[in-house]
Amino acid sequence: MERPSSTFAQALLFVLLLALFPACLYMVFAVVPTEQKMGVVQRIFYFHVPSAFMAFAGVGACAVFSAFYLWTRDLRYDVVAHAAAELGVVFCTIVLVTGPIWARPVWGVWWTGEVRLTSTLVLWLIYVGYLALRENAENREQAARWGAVVGIVGALDVPIIYKSVEWWRGLHPKVLKMSGGGGLEPSMEKALLLCSLTFLLLFIYLLMQRCQLGRLQIEIESLAHAARRPAASPAAPPSRGARA
Amino acid sequence: MTAEAGPGPGAGPDGAPPPALLARGLGKRYGALVALHGLDLAVRRGECVLLLGPNGAGKSTLLGIFATIIRPNEGRIAIFGASPREGDPAALRRRIGLLSHQTFLYDHLTAFENLRFYARLYSLPDPDRAAASALRSARLLERAHDLVRTYSRGMQQRLAIARALLHAPDILLLDEPFSGLDRESIDRLQECLREERRAGRTCLLATHDFAAARPLADRVVVLRAGRLVADRQARGLDDASLEGLFRDATLPPATGAQAP
Amino acid sequence: MSFLRAVALVARKDLLSELRSREQAVTLFFFALLVLVVFNFAFDFTVIEFVSLGPGILWVAFIFSGVLALSHSFQIEREKDRILGILMSPIDRSAFYLGKVLATSLFMAAVEAVIVPVSVLMFNYRFSGRIGAAILVFVLNTVGFAAVGTLFSAMTTRTRRGELLLPLLLFPAAVPIALAAVKTTSHVLAGRPFRLYASWVALTSAYDVIFLAAAVLLFDSVLEE
Repeated sequence: MERPSSTFAQALLFVLLLALFPACLYMVFAVVPTEQKMGVVQRIFYFHVPSAFMAFAGVGACAVFSAFYLWTRDLRYDVVAHAAAELGVVFCTIVLVTGPIWARPVWGVWWTGEVRLTSTLVLWLIYVGYLALRENAENREQAARWGAVVGIVGALDVPIIYKSVEWWRGLHPKVLKMSGGGGLEPSMEKALLLCSLTFLLLFIYLLMQRCQLGRLQIEIESLAHAARRPAASPAAPPSRGARA
Repeated sequence: MTAEAGPGPGAGPDGAPPPALLARGLGKRYGALVALHGLDLAVRRGECVLLLGPNGAGKSTLLGIFATIIRPNEGRIAIFGASPREGDPAALRRRIGLLSHQTFLYDHLTAFENLRFYARLYSLPDPDRAAASALRSARLLERAHDLVRTYSRGMQQRLAIARALLHAPDILLLDEPFSGLDRESIDRLQECLREERRAGRTCLLATHDFAAARPLADRVVVLRAGRLVADRQARGLDDASLEGLFRDATLPPATGAQAP
Repeated sequence: MSFLRAVALVARKDLLSELRSREQAVTLFFFALLVLVVFNFAFDFTVIEFVSLGPGILWVAFIFSGVLALSHSFQIEREKDRILGILMSPIDRSAFYLGKVLATSLFMAAVEAVIVPVSVLMFNYRFSGRIGAAILVFVLNTVGFAAVGTLFSAMTTRTRRGELLLPLLLFPAAVPIALAAVKTTSHVLAGRPFRLYASWVALTSAYDVIFLAAAVLLFDSVLEE
């Protein structure tokens, strides 16, 4: 059922990623100089920050495709929204794991309540809730509608959460100013760019894979149901979601 | 979607008034489950149609779509020739009533308060009087100011009927209204529905209990797995032939009877 | 006008029914009181100043009892399919939503109006703020919480694990409300000038407006089958 062009694009992306990841590792570990104050551990930055970008890409894509779904009621959009939310959770998790690893040697604590990290945690919780709600829906249409509502609300919430956490911290000193990219050395900037590009391609690749899987799931469900149908008898249990 | 030539559902082929309820190519899926499958049905004004079918045949889904609660995936419906998706849905909703085996009543409100709430939902001109007169015809006036949770099942059912008819709907949708009722309440409900029919109300009645429903019906329609498999005039049908229709609907499609 | 009347109608029905059953009012109030008691034991308020921890304690109590109110609000409608009666009626579904938000906000406000004075007695502090500012702050935060909570609870009460799912979804989404509520309440209780927390009030107002508007637009898809 998949278009050959999509299969080709995925294969191409896969090959590209095979080449790009070693290049990233090479850049991060061999080319970029060690950051003076933070030492070797700062190199995690090149994976931490692109993951954060991709977490936002997931949240954004989820909201956009959720809106498309509510507008058109075409389940293919919901498949993309769902996949994007899952990827958002995955990349949020990477951010939440790499953040403390970086923070521990630099700040001396695992968890500081730093604004970006705290906001990411809240974001992660919202999208875990999104997935849990979908799991508990009675059927695919309901899961899609509910997911779309939470996906849109969650994305609207992101800037407000960030602002509130930032203000909550008050005048908390910003230990780190480098995430903005302002004071980066040229080679550091290049490494960050390369890593971000690689992560973006990885995101797109995973999204395509996951969407393909989602479409196949829909197909299998309807085939399985069609296969069950002719044998339907009065004793057959009433299926979920349909009353009488 | 069925392509339709000539005027839309707004008017019949020869300028006759549009049917009270019309479904064209109606489809509804719940995930992989197909609850309705390209269903066509027209209910004339004043007609009482009995909707038969086993569990999961799509009866409730069909009623839910006509009640504008469920949104179909395919096809369309028209109520007195108007689609609830366009135009004035509130005006259409005023013309539909729904009575189910659930009472829809609030336990901690009195009977009067329940009816007054519904009268206000439908913006009836004088909610208090509407509630009081509905209570009178349900013979519940002396208990009007008691909480509904102190009511017996039969009294709650009487109140539920009064609630469904409060805004004098032109179409009455009934979803298993007999289930859980004792003989006396069934008789009373039948009497009440007979009265509604005489008043020219259009009824679509989904039930298992064809013995209770048959005397009310003008037409019997049988659903199986979301499709219409039989459509008969009720005259001349006795309980045995009805039961036969119903049994056919529960058999596998290969041996099931097709509509004539 | 008739839209507002429908909002009031739904809210009034909820208030009447819940006041009549008393179950809800009693549960909410005692739950909030229980939270205060637990914290009263957990922290030694002879050495800790109430203003530093108190606002957090108060809002934990309000948010927890608010979640109870929110799930109850739609459980009542789901039981006996009562919600179908409302969905079939000619009133706007956004009026139904706003009526539910109004009713839940009023329940929470009633709990707040009792619990805040109780906390003054229990924790022995002086309320030195202005009443007007306090009302503004409590109303804005309560409405924001109820706005998102009502939208979510309309979904979660349809599931078997609704009572678990609602806080799971609502707490993270309501983080801005929780933070703003605690900050502004501590400013208000300490009687500090409004300009110190004006930006928080603006943030809460923005939250209220954004999510009330979003929910009004999205509520149809939540209730549709």
